[in-house]
Amino acid sequence: MGLALLAIIWLITFVSTYFFAAKTWWLPHGASTSTPWIDHQFALTYLLMGIVFVAAQGALGLFVWQYRDRGTATKVTYSHGNTTMEAVWTALTAILFIGLNLMGSPIWAAERFAPADPGSVPVEVTGMQFAWYFRYPGLDGKFGRTDPKLMDPSAGNEAALGLDTSDPAAKDDVVTGTMYLPVNRQVNLTLRAVDVIHSFFVPQMRFKQDAVPGLAIHMHFTPTEVGEYEIACAELCGLGHYKMHGMVHVVSQEDFDKWLATREAEKQ
Amino acid sequence: MATFSSPVSLEVPKTGQGGGGRRPPAYGGGGDGPGDGSPDYGQRLRRLRLGLAIGLASVTMIFVSLTSAYVVRRGLPTLDERTNTYVRDWIPVNLPVTLLLINTALLLVSSITAELARRQITRQAALAPVRSIPGVSLGNDNGFPWLGITVVLGGGFLTGQWMAWRELADRGFYLATSASSSFVYLLTAAHAVHLAGGILVLLYAATVSLLHKPVEARRVVVDVTAWYWHFMFLLWLYIFGLVWFIR
Amino acid sequence: MATSATIHSHAPQGFIRKYIFSLDHKVIGLQYYFLALVAVFVGMFLSILMRVHMIWPTAVLPLVGEIKPETYLSLLTMHGTIMVFFVLTTAPQGGFGNYFLPIQIGAPDMAFPVLNMLSFWTTFVAFVVILAAFFVTGGAPLHGWTGYAPLSALTNSGPGEQLGADLWITSIAIFCIASLMGALNFITTTLDLRAKGMTMMRMPLTVWAWFVTAILGLLAFGVLLSAGILLLLDRNLGTSFYVPLVVVNGQVMGHKGGSPLLWQHLFWFFGHPEVYIAILPGMGVASQLLSTFSRKPIFGYKAMVYAIMAIGFLGFMVWGHHMFMSGMSPYTAFAFSLMTMAIGVPSAIKTFNWLGTIHGGRVRFQTPMLFAIGFVSLFVSGGLSGPFLAQPVLDIPLHDTAFVVGHFHLIMGVAAIFGMFAGTYYWFPKMFGRMMNETWGRVHFVITLIGTYCIFMPMHYLGMAGQPRRYSQFTELAYLHPLIPLNTFITYAAIITVTAQFIFVINLFWSLFQGPKASDNPWESTTLEWTTATPPPHDNFGGHTPVVHHGPYEYSVPGAPRDYVMQTDPATVASH
Repeated sequence: MGLALLAIIWLITFVSTYFFAAKTWWLPHGASTSTPWIDHQFALTYLLMGIVFVAAQGALGLFVWQYRDRGTATKVTYSHGNTTMEAVWTALTAILFIGLNLMGSPIWAAERFAPADPGSVPVEVTGMQFAWYFRYPGLDGKFGRTDPKLMDPSAGNEAALGLDTSDPAAKDDVVTGTMYLPVNRQVNLTLRAVDVIHSFFVPQMRFKQDAVPGLAIHMHFTPTEVGEYEIACAELCGLGHYKMHGMVHVVSQEDFDKWLATREAEKQ
Repeated sequence: MATFSSPVSLEVPKTGQGGGGRRPPAYGGGGDGPGDGSPDYGQRLRRLRLGLAIGLASVTMIFVSLTSAYVVRRGLPTLDERTNTYVRDWIPVNLPVTLLLINTALLLVSSITAELARRQITRQAALAPVRSIPGVSLGNDNGFPWLGITVVLGGGFLTGQWMAWRELADRGFYLATSASSSFVYLLTAAHAVHLAGGILVLLYAATVSLLHKPVEARRVVVDVTAWYWHFMFLLWLYIFGLVWFIR
Repeated sequence: MATSATIHSHAPQGFIRKYIFSLDHKVIGLQYYFLALVAVFVGMFLSILMRVHMIWPTAVLPLVGEIKPETYLSLLTMHGTIMVFFVLTTAPQGGFGNYFLPIQIGAPDMAFPVLNMLSFWTTFVAFVVILAAFFVTGGAPLHGWTGYAPLSALTNSGPGEQLGADLWITSIAIFCIASLMGALNFITTTLDLRAKGMTMMRMPLTVWAWFVTAILGLLAFGVLLSAGILLLLDRNLGTSFYVPLVVVNGQVMGHKGGSPLLWQHLFWFFGHPEVYIAILPGMGVASQLLSTFSRKPIFGYKAMVYAIMAIGFLGFMVWGHHMFMSGMSPYTAFAFSLMTMAIGVPSAIKTFNWLGTIHGGRVRFQTPMLFAIGFVSLFVSGGLSGPFLAQPVLDIPLHDTAFVVGHFHLIMGVAAIFGMFAGTYYWFPKMFGRMMNETWGRVHFVITLIGTYCIFMPMHYLGMAGQPRRYSQFTELAYLHPLIPLNTFITYAAIITVTAQFIFVINLFWSLFQGPKASDNPWESTTLEWTTATPPPHDNFGGHTPVVHHGPYEYSVPGAPRDYVMQTDPATVASH
């Protein structure tokens, strides 16, 4: 049975490790400025945890076979432990875990501690059961007032957000169901939610943030490649959670300006 | 394949031979008991007091979590959806302070009477062995009904709390009026529920007296209940202080 | 009730007092255990329905019919709730803890037998209430076992969010009270009822685990109770603890100023200790069994005790790691992340010590040991995905994906269950006087170990690829389509593995009646339960008070007459 256990444990370890190493299923191709940093930290954690995984499972499998009861020939080493070894591996584990964490902290700080750059594109993202809406502030650069009492998703994008057209700043706000962004420019997001918690998740931008009712959460990211990227809702929000998706179109600055100008012209 | 030795056939030392063999019944913990088969009330008292202390830790956690929610909510600015700005919306509750102070006094006195009941029955329990000596008379041991008075005062407190809630409503503060009023009702109601539980146990203790159980057994119940009662008084002081000074 | 602290020396007569409202901790332990057994099969059935729907969303199943997306979500909610509360918090602690804690410390019963009986029946009522949620109008709630507000606080946020959600909260509140009663009993018993010579540092690691678990429960369940009461008030009496101004389907709701994050803080302040409540007893069982079946003392008993305490203590300081993406301050997130990495250290110590116990030992491969070894493997696998999630920056791609689902299932859904299987195979002879079938035990082990790895290891790959949690199907997002084959593999693995659990149940019930008779100490184990008659008499030790002279894991002591020294063996028998 010892040999069988060794075989099973080592086989499971080998198969799991193989698929991890071969990256058969892996993080999707990233297209934002945070991608290299996040992916590097991921790979580092991955490698270190992978080594521990193989070592621990390997040792487990080996020991249960090596120290199997072989009858009277087997001698047991009576011992209550080894304090020196305890101290050593505790210290090493602490250094490993806390070290890993501290290495990742500057990335977190860069992503989250600092506000958006002055030249970033302001976009307000609003989640509601079960769609995403994107609001651009228009020519005046200001987001206008919204009124919950005016919200009516069946009457179009602006009405879904309850845009209060009596506010001059609101008249030129552009509301779309698809997000357009210029490449290589930071976007200054304001995340809102109307009913329950949703989460704005764009895997290829390595971006995720919950949209919480009652909060206006400010975040930023910078897309680096032109393309179309799917948005998934990443917080259970009701029966339509699985189909609450959207698209981010990252285009050249020119194309973005053209697109926005067309939308703004429609508002006149 | 490892050989597994057959079920034990070796000489296995009998349990309990190492120490001095004490006569049954075994009441766990090996405490010093009377050794004559009668229950060890000293041990039972200690155990129930320990159990109470542990149980009160969990009650404390309930009020710690409510306090934390209260304090954070009080300082939390909320998003005004229309202007997209954060505003403070905490409305201090107009508490009927005089009434609450009267209730506090009632509870304080009830704590005193509960303590008197506890000490009274402790004395009675201590004297019980003397009473059982033939020919010895210590006179009538019907003490002052401190326990009953505690129950009445406790009921008075609950009535006073009910009146305070009515007064709050008259002043326009209902459960859902504002975050502050919600917390005031919730904190005081949670306390009242626990106090009502204490009253039920006090009633049980009073009934136990009537059922002529051994005084030592009654003493254990009254003792632990009195301590619970004191805790309920201190908890009330805390809650009152919280909603008054941090309003 | 006046005799609530009395340990009854007379066994009760009559069917009702003996089996229904028994005050005997052994009967109560079995009642908890069998409640959990029913619950786990309900939970597994729900998970199979879920997995089938994920792959074949339009299938019409026999008996159940078509599973709509909202039904999927209520299956998911009830699966999580029933498994976490009525299996993982019930069997290891209420089941084995109740049965064996008093015996292992040399006590005749729990400190408060009446309270013990009440805590079981309160748990039972909670179970009935939650099952009722399936049968009311609107059905069971769809907000997940985590019940985030405002989804759980608004009665019109989805089907099942009316009476079903209220029943769900009520059931949990009742369960909180039951758990608090049980925790009180466990702690008092451990502190006050230990036999002579049973010092704290001679207690088996199973007792340490049950003791610290009870402390965690004592301090955590009250917070969940508060959270649930606030939720009931928001749902039914118009308060706004959790709900700000919201608009549902164009309708402005009457709430204002509440904070959804408040629910998360309260819930996870409970929720994180809860997962340690779920795993610590299994760790205790693993330690006990690895030592017994390696014929070697546990490596580093003191360190194991300190590690259990450290895990318990730190367990209260890490709840924010569930909230990195929630809108919580990133500075707070950093603090929680450091604490979370710290809690990995005592877990690692325990793993090293388990390996150190086997090393140099003389390993016997009876079924209990197989599951203990499996526990270690699964704990390593599940634990090592923790450091990914503990780093906020890596939590960005991984939060709320299948990666998290794989992580917690490997630990709670498999390792903890292996702890229960191990305990069952190990203690079955003592509880019932018969042995379970070894061959079928082995078959059960092999299929379950391989099967559960096939189910939950691939979820890590799916999570890295970006598959979100709680999606009822993968048809709507293009990037999820290539992940369907792996999801299909998981579904088949789940069906096979769940079916294999019937081997265990059949073995259990068959052995109850037909298993070969067991001796008093078939595993040659050292702890006190193996000194009693089989099954133990009403007061456990047949009128004697055990006196303890040795530590709990004195195996292969040089100079001793045989390769194990019972804790109650005379002091003259060699041990260190």
